[in-house]
Amino acid sequence: MQNNVNITNSTQEFRQDFAIISGWVKFGSKVLDLGCGDGALLQFLRSGLEVKGYGVEKDDANWIACMNNGVNVIQMDLEDGLSGFEDQSFDTVILSQTLQAMHNTERIVLEMLRVGCEVIVTFPNFGYWRNRIQILSGNMPVSKILPYQWFDTPNVHLCTINDFDEFCKNHKISVLERKVITDGNQIDFMPNFLGNLAIYRLKAN
Amino acid sequence: MTENNPVGNNSVGSDFVGIVAPQTAHFNSPLTLKSGAVLPQFDLVYETYGTLNADKSNAVLICHALSGTHHVAGKYTENDKYAGWWDNLVGPNKPLDTNKFFVIGLNNLGGCHGSTGPVSINPETNQQWGSQFPIVTVEDWVKSQALLADHLGIAQLAAVIGGSLGGMQALQWTIAYPERVRHALVIASAPNLTAQNIAFNEVARQAIITDPEFHGGDYYAHHVLPRRGLRIARMLGHITYLSDDAMGAKFGRKLKGDIKYSFDAEFEMESYLRYQGDKFAGEFDANTYLRMTRALDYYDPALNFDGDLSTALNKVTAKFLVVSFTSDWRFSPARSREIVKALLDNERTVSYAEVTAAHGHDAFLMRDVHYHNILRAYLNSIEVGIHHAK
Repeated sequence: MQNNVNITNSTQEFRQDFAIISGWVKFGSKVLDLGCGDGALLQFLRSGLEVKGYGVEKDDANWIACMNNGVNVIQMDLEDGLSGFEDQSFDTVILSQTLQAMHNTERIVLEMLRVGCEVIVTFPNFGYWRNRIQILSGNMPVSKILPYQWFDTPNVHLCTINDFDEFCKNHKISVLERKVITDGNQIDFMPNFLGNLAIYRLKAN
Repeated sequence: MTENNPVGNNSVGSDFVGIVAPQTAHFNSPLTLKSGAVLPQFDLVYETYGTLNADKSNAVLICHALSGTHHVAGKYTENDKYAGWWDNLVGPNKPLDTNKFFVIGLNNLGGCHGSTGPVSINPETNQQWGSQFPIVTVEDWVKSQALLADHLGIAQLAAVIGGSLGGMQALQWTIAYPERVRHALVIASAPNLTAQNIAFNEVARQAIITDPEFHGGDYYAHHVLPRRGLRIARMLGHITYLSDDAMGAKFGRKLKGDIKYSFDAEFEMESYLRYQGDKFAGEFDANTYLRMTRALDYYDPALNFDGDLSTALNKVTAKFLVVSFTSDWRFSPARSREIVKALLDNERTVSYAEVTAAHGHDAFLMRDVHYHNILRAYLNSIEVGIHHAK
């Protein structure tokens, strides 16, 4: 029943999300990247920030890719939680463009907050105006950042920035910082309408 | 734990290590074992594949499991029916590439394939050791393996690799000699045995010990062998090394002929077990089997740390690859994850792969494309300094 949750496109949005994440990760810190794909983000963080990084990945091919990229990778299914990781044992736990594909969305966010002193979550904003237009015109949105058709998408829990803000509020999660971007540009005005990728820095309250 | 390469033994070709020969290292200094017993002198029989490089940085030690030997790869003669027990892994351009690594396989102390064990002559009595051969432990094996490394002039191993009981030895290397091992590949293993595993071992031992021809372990003097006990022990082992699904797929309820209303081997499953049991009883030593299972039972590096494996691994510096198999119920993925967790707690470099495999515990010996890709990718990442001059 589990989907492969890796979105391995290398669009401008994806790289931009790397740049913002790296701005929030401290030099030499201990980082856990959940759903790490081929390990590109950890490679990026290690080369620039000398982080002690571990990736978590379920997919066999991605596991091999991580190893070939010199990234430590733990094979497990995020849907099972993070039982092998101690409380507050990582400086930063990252979930990059994977939240929307999780079945146990609530659980994984709470688990990340348990394991990480800080948490970084990024997701495609379903409230982005182009998505809204596609819905208004009568179709499910398909775009670079949401490249799937309705029948083959791994994305089961798409949300808007407003939805996620509300989620954090209801779960008493502190939002330390939030950045919203579209095609690499930071969006400060009407982010839930004009932004297509949301990047949050969170902490347990 | 299966002795012969169980599948895909088409090991002739450009990736084959070729014809090999065992060597013997003799150690004259007494070896004090964990039990306090002392072996006045001992031999270790071993094989090597590939070439040790100039700075001796490419040595990989393979530790065998319960019934393994030093004969890891290659054949002794062209006509050998089987190659070494892990031939599918070791060879030129194979995952453990002998173009890059100098690979060492040995027979552990207490074994029955040439290293000093119960069948050897006790120099003090000029009789076979038999029941008098001491109980050896994983710690003792690793200690003796380190002496073998000394003998070969190897100060530091690039890697130690082992599956099952062999994985315990790889783990123990990193605890006992952190400065002497750079990488540990711990496959289908566990940080200690579960009660259920000890229970299986006890049944196996009872089958041997209660065989009327066991004679308290001194059957050599009586010129008999406790074959029936060893056979049952092996049959039990075989059941537990396979998964229910793998047995179902291989044998199912297939009959050899019509039902005869007898206790003959009518099901193919029975026939297979009897064949494996007989074969093993004809070539393995019962005293060795007892000691190997005991070593499994006793191994528990966390014992002196209130059961806390993370503390036990505190001084470990090696980098780790831990691999488990989904259908392995004797050394389940959960046990491997305990090792991974302890390493993560210590912020050590570790990767973990959980291989989807149907074959149960024996999967670690099988040629599976993804499993071998995992080992290949990890072993490729190991740096070995100066390559050997050719």
